[in-house]
Amino acid sequence: MIHHVTALGRRGCNLLEAMGRAGIFLAQSAVGVPSKEGWTLWLRQMHFVGVLSLAIVLVSGLFIGMVLALQGYTILVDFGAEQALGQMVALSLLRELAPVVAALLFAGRAGSALTAEIGLMKATEQLTSMEMIGVDPLRRVVAPRLWAGFVALPVLTIGFSVVGIYGGYLVGVEWLGVFEGSYWSNMQASVEFVNDIGNGMLKSLVFAVVVTWIAVFQGYDLIPTSEGISRATTRTVVYSSLAVLGLDFVLTAIMFGGLS
Amino acid sequence: MFDNYSRGAQAMSESPFVVVEGLHFSRGDKDIFRGVALQIPRGKITAIMGPSGTGKTTLLKLIGGQLTPDAGRVLIDGEDVHRLSRKALFAVRRRMGMLFQSGALFSDLNVFENVAFPLRVHTDLPDAMIRDLVLMKLEAVGLRGARELMSSELSGGMARRVALARAIALDPELILYDEPFVGQDPISKGVLVQLIKRLNDALGLTAVVVSHDIGETLSIADYVYVIADGQVMAHGTPKTLDVDQDPRVNQFVHGEPDGPVPFHYPAEDYFSDILREGGVR
Repeated sequence: MIHHVTALGRRGCNLLEAMGRAGIFLAQSAVGVPSKEGWTLWLRQMHFVGVLSLAIVLVSGLFIGMVLALQGYTILVDFGAEQALGQMVALSLLRELAPVVAALLFAGRAGSALTAEIGLMKATEQLTSMEMIGVDPLRRVVAPRLWAGFVALPVLTIGFSVVGIYGGYLVGVEWLGVFEGSYWSNMQASVEFVNDIGNGMLKSLVFAVVVTWIAVFQGYDLIPTSEGISRATTRTVVYSSLAVLGLDFVLTAIMFGGLS
Repeated sequence: MFDNYSRGAQAMSESPFVVVEGLHFSRGDKDIFRGVALQIPRGKITAIMGPSGTGKTTLLKLIGGQLTPDAGRVLIDGEDVHRLSRKALFAVRRRMGMLFQSGALFSDLNVFENVAFPLRVHTDLPDAMIRDLVLMKLEAVGLRGARELMSSELSGGMARRVALARAIALDPELILYDEPFVGQDPISKGVLVQLIKRLNDALGLTAVVVSHDIGETLSIADYVYVIADGQVMAHGTPKTLDVDQDPRVNQFVHGEPDGPVPFHYPAEDYFSDILREGGVR
């Protein structure tokens, strides 16, 4: 019994210690004024985590918008309310699906790659050699990746929403015959900039910080072996996904559930 | 007055560049060092030797401030490495170069940019001058022609030579070599031995070579520390160690397979293990 309590306590202490390390890691790497070269490094990472994630995010957005329209139509048509399809597609995407699904895709596509890349740099002593050259890897390697993630995911989320709404239009209007005017005008009338778009973007920003933070910290903190890299990459995807879904509930409750 | 000055200057030049005092370090329950003390003289090649797993690389990481000891201190030119702020530590590190066992070249940069890296981040030199300096360093290691290759295109020996060029790019005062001869073919080994010696002779670098390759290391070292069981087992010039009567030193220096350092990992009696029935491990 005592043994179990001790083991539980040790796990708790380890968890707290890891969270403390992660906090210090974030503060030391993300805070600070970037040098001229820092901007170049950031741009390169924007290409890596942002531009290269564009295809998977946009294609997913298109399909999710199309599925939403199809499912929404079959339900709404029973009540004669298929004119509200545009409103349903837009609100579902802007408030929920675009921030959440884009973050999950981002964790799988860019987050795992960031972990593996930084982990491999650690395993091959590149980070250590950088330290010995007198260059702080937190500023040189980690910071550009963190900031690229912070900026890229919200932008990808916008792309996801736009393409999703267009996918809904293709299925709802072009295929199922919903009146085009009501698709767009209902959407325009019901979507509020601050409440819907603003809150959705805020969610996306929170997810961007959490997912990128988890990804780079897992890479930086891993045990530098092939098994360590594989475990850390898995942890990045699992922890990021759970954090995104859990935080989504909390944020939705605050933003739309009347808790604020 | 001039006499006093010259005596002072002489004393300065003779004071050790690195001093390690009462160093204790452990990993988990395992004690790696139990009170290691040594001095690295200026402008000399000092070898730190010992069997595999004695913590030689760990010692280099403690000297470089990458690990923090449980007790004791490491002074580099009088500065306690482990009491410095992160910024001050990075400033001290600019005065040293380290050659890693794996080379540790940056995989996203080619050979030229790897060597140029320390110059670009620590100096404001114009590109033309950086180019000249990089080519000079690459010429010194014989790889000027390989400047466009990526690190994945290099052999192990070439990668280590490029890493050496990068380590000396800022003309450091101290250079730490971590197992420079491991996994090298005889030609590469010979080239590296020559390079280390030549750099020391030409630039007056203080060098620390961590290795268990006896022949190569003893041929270039001015002074040798042998570490085993977490302590300095012996130290002296290569000549004195060669005739050392301590059986442990003798076994290591002459590469005898069995002796005070056992060949076998601790295990139960061989015959009773073999004759045990049932195939239980």
